[in-house]
Amino acid sequence: MGSKYRFRSLNKYLNPINESLLAGAIGLAIGAIIMVGLGYSPLDAYSSLLRGSFGSVYSWAESLANATPLILTALTFAIAMRGGLFNIGAEGQLYIGAIAAVSVSLIQISAPFHLIIALVAAMTAGALWSLPVAILKLTRGVHEVISTIMLNWIARFFAFYMIANVLMDPVRGEKTISIAETSRFARILPGSSLNYGIVVSALAVLLILFLLWRTTAGFELRAAGHSQESSNYAGISYKKQVLRAFLLGGVLAGLAGAVQVMGRPPTYALISGLPQMIDLGFDGIAVAMIGRNHPVGIIFAAIFFGGLMVGGRMMQMSAGVPLELVRIVEGAIILALAVPELKRIFYVVRKKFARKEQRGGN
Amino acid sequence: MEIEHLWPILFISLHAMVPITLAAIGEIIEESAGLFNIGLEGMILISALAGALGAEYFGSAIGGLLVGAGSGAVLGVIFGLLNTYGRGDQLITGVGINLLALGFVAFMLINLGAAGFHSVPRDVQIKLIPLGVGSLSPLVLVTILLAIIVYWVLNRTQLGIRIKAVGENPAAADVAGIRVNAMRLGAAIVAGALVGLAGAYLSVDWFGSVTKEISAGRGFIALAVVVFSGLNPLLALFGGFIFGFFDGFATWVSTYPKIKDIIPWQFVAMVPYIVTLLVVAGVIGRVRFPKALGIPYLRE
Repeated sequence: MGSKYRFRSLNKYLNPINESLLAGAIGLAIGAIIMVGLGYSPLDAYSSLLRGSFGSVYSWAESLANATPLILTALTFAIAMRGGLFNIGAEGQLYIGAIAAVSVSLIQISAPFHLIIALVAAMTAGALWSLPVAILKLTRGVHEVISTIMLNWIARFFAFYMIANVLMDPVRGEKTISIAETSRFARILPGSSLNYGIVVSALAVLLILFLLWRTTAGFELRAAGHSQESSNYAGISYKKQVLRAFLLGGVLAGLAGAVQVMGRPPTYALISGLPQMIDLGFDGIAVAMIGRNHPVGIIFAAIFFGGLMVGGRMMQMSAGVPLELVRIVEGAIILALAVPELKRIFYVVRKKFARKEQRGGN
Repeated sequence: MEIEHLWPILFISLHAMVPITLAAIGEIIEESAGLFNIGLEGMILISALAGALGAEYFGSAIGGLLVGAGSGAVLGVIFGLLNTYGRGDQLITGVGINLLALGFVAFMLINLGAAGFHSVPRDVQIKLIPLGVGSLSPLVLVTILLAIIVYWVLNRTQLGIRIKAVGENPAAADVAGIRVNAMRLGAAIVAGALVGLAGAYLSVDWFGSVTKEISAGRGFIALAVVVFSGLNPLLALFGGFIFGFFDGFATWVSTYPKIKDIIPWQFVAMVPYIVTLLVVAGVIGRVRFPKALGIPYLRE
């Protein structure tokens, strides 16, 4: 009895891991099919992808650096998902967070406080950008998918305006002023992009882990996510959960923007068109799904994605396959994850296969 | 202001109305059947590319529109299969399609040569109808016609009742002998074709080129129009026109010298999205959606 129960609880963790691995394999397979169709060599592509992402200390550092903001945007999505909400607003909130972080560099403050104030400003800005989503949902019943997407676009144009007209570098017009030295995250590995911003992401993971499974607030959020009706019956305020999920999500997404601009060498500035920010929010959604909306799963999924991004560049250089293939793989992984029947079919086929092999052996 | 200045706005509005309304009508069919597809944006993006390539391959604009609609229908098959027989999560599938499209279109554009941009030769673009005061795309008329046809099918035919039954109470529909999943799959395919037509219109007709950001949130604006319309295709036509107007207004203002100097272009570009948000917030209280929207049907 005891061992059976232990096995079951182990399965609780193994099943989602298996599903994510299976989806990952399907995604890479679809990527390979497309490459073969267009005359590329998938073997060359994937081996250079692997070398570029996890082949050396330097590439590991780069992969981790790319994972840093993704962990935060993934947490934004995961918290909402745990509460039964579909928050795809991290994209816009992180632009606003980054703008707030750069704005703080307009003033001079002494060393440790400057960094802290910039982070607080980014968190506040992210939360404020997220607030209308919660308010519109609670008072007007607007679905968060629509409101977050609209706010993402508004945030993008607002950021463009701020970059070009308010925060611009007086010498180099295509970028903003750089983050003040007193407000930067130091590099961990010299020569790489890996910086102490990753500590912020790690702390956020621990905090959310604790919040979701060790506090009443987290329990209420998860209860509302399981069943809004029965949690309501148990006296859990749905309004509170919606506010909680979106505000906390905004804080995390704001942090993602801040960490990205305050920690990434060499410019420590926003560039017009936001190339280093765009899609971090949407990639975070994919990371959260592959990590099964669990903070620990998100760490691994973010490193996997960070690796894909870094390795993708290597793939582009040495195998000639455009970097964008990586996003096709991501999309295919998500589609595979969305479908429970796919996994069931896979298990049935595997079982049949195993049985056949057994028979053949006898 | 003289009347000559208003004609361009009207024409831009009508042209901007087309993709939003077509996608919205598709989504209305799908949502009536109980499928909530947030992958419209990605479907528009892929069909814009497919339509452009189709137009060049067949050497005709009509060929391009058909290829665009066909590619949309194929995506509709994928979305439909995953979310009926596959019992998938509709929101997650939609996000997957959007991500896939983003990567696929950017990837293919690089493969076609110039990164991020591909222009459609003028002779395979849709010919505009000259009206004296301006030129109008025939797709504007097609869109109006389609809105009326879909309204008629959904509200005046037995097929329409069946589609709605599947979205409202799939278990009862099943008992009445309607094949729920097949009906939903069919709705997804027709919807996909309409969304695909919207995408092909962007590349083969309106812009005459493909970029990796050609959809520019129109798929999501279409979702907002669906909410605004309360699943009525005729109201979606009206909604599409309003959003088209603000979209066109933004384009028009950004080229008008005096206004450009006073208001920065970034704020003008925000207008369609802000209006969408406000309108949706204003109407939503009185809109009722199908009961089984977004829920996979499992036979007990």
